Amino acid sequence: MTPTPNADHIFAALADATRRDIVLRALAGREGVAQLARHYPMSFAAVQKHVAVLERAGLVTKERTGRRKLVLTNVEGLNLARSLLDQYETLWRGRVERMTNLITSREEIDA
Amino acid sequence: MTVTSVRKDADALTMTLTAEFDASPTRVWQLWADPRQLERWWGPPTYPATFTAHDLAPGSHVEYHMTGPSGDQPRSFWDILEADPPHRLVFLDGFAHADGTPNPDFSRSEGRVTIERIDAQRTRMSIEFHYASVKGMEQYLAMGMEEGLKGAVGQIDAILAEA
Repeated sequence: MTPTPNADHIFAALADATRRDIVLRALAGREGVAQLARHYPMSFAAVQKHVAVLERAGLVTKERTGRRKLVLTNVEGLNLARSLLDQYETLWRGRVERMTNLITSREEIDA
Repeated sequence: MTVTSVRKDADALTMTLTAEFDASPTRVWQLWADPRQLERWWGPPTYPATFTAHDLAPGSHVEYHMTGPSGDQPRSFWDILEADPPHRLVFLDGFAHADGTPNPDFSRSEGRVTIERIDAQRTRMSIEFHYASVKGMEQYLAMGMEEGLKGAVGQIDAILAEA
């Protein structure tokens, strides 16, 4: 079962460079934990722990294909983290737009 | 668009936005320092802000509320940490109960505003917002802002369509 993405867990999970890299690699969904572990200078157990953190955050899932279990990125989880910051960007772009309008309108009054 | 750059750091929960204005630093500072002007840009058109206490001196407590389309009035406040007119303002943003007392259930965010002269005509303003937790970010956005955001974006679209 895929856990519902939780923003706090997502940001905590993404705060680590190895985990961010795992999320990128798992977008392709072609590797299991053992294959992923070969990319990093750390033990299989350490990579397994990173994958478990990502799994709890709802950022990756493990899918069984035949005898193998592949690690797959949950795109919906990634999008939640991005969308929060995007909404703040939209909020501030609106504010700057209004600040600019205010400066322009005052100049017309002063002129 | 006068926004020149936006940097979002999902790990540090920080957003940094830089904008340029054809005005002096003093003029840009007025947009923050004069509550009547601040009210005209802080809230989106569908969610205007009203500042009921406003003094940007360090240690001051600024109070404001927004008014939503359905009459809801979420209350917020700033604690001013640093102020150096017309160049620098640092404050902690927070949410308040209906009676105006700070609501500790909501996490707070720190805003750092820097205003500097580029040349005789132009001024650069940068805003750095650091959020204490993702929960706080969600709470802030859930505070009826979404509807307002749509309004603001719609307005920009309308302006662009006319151009």
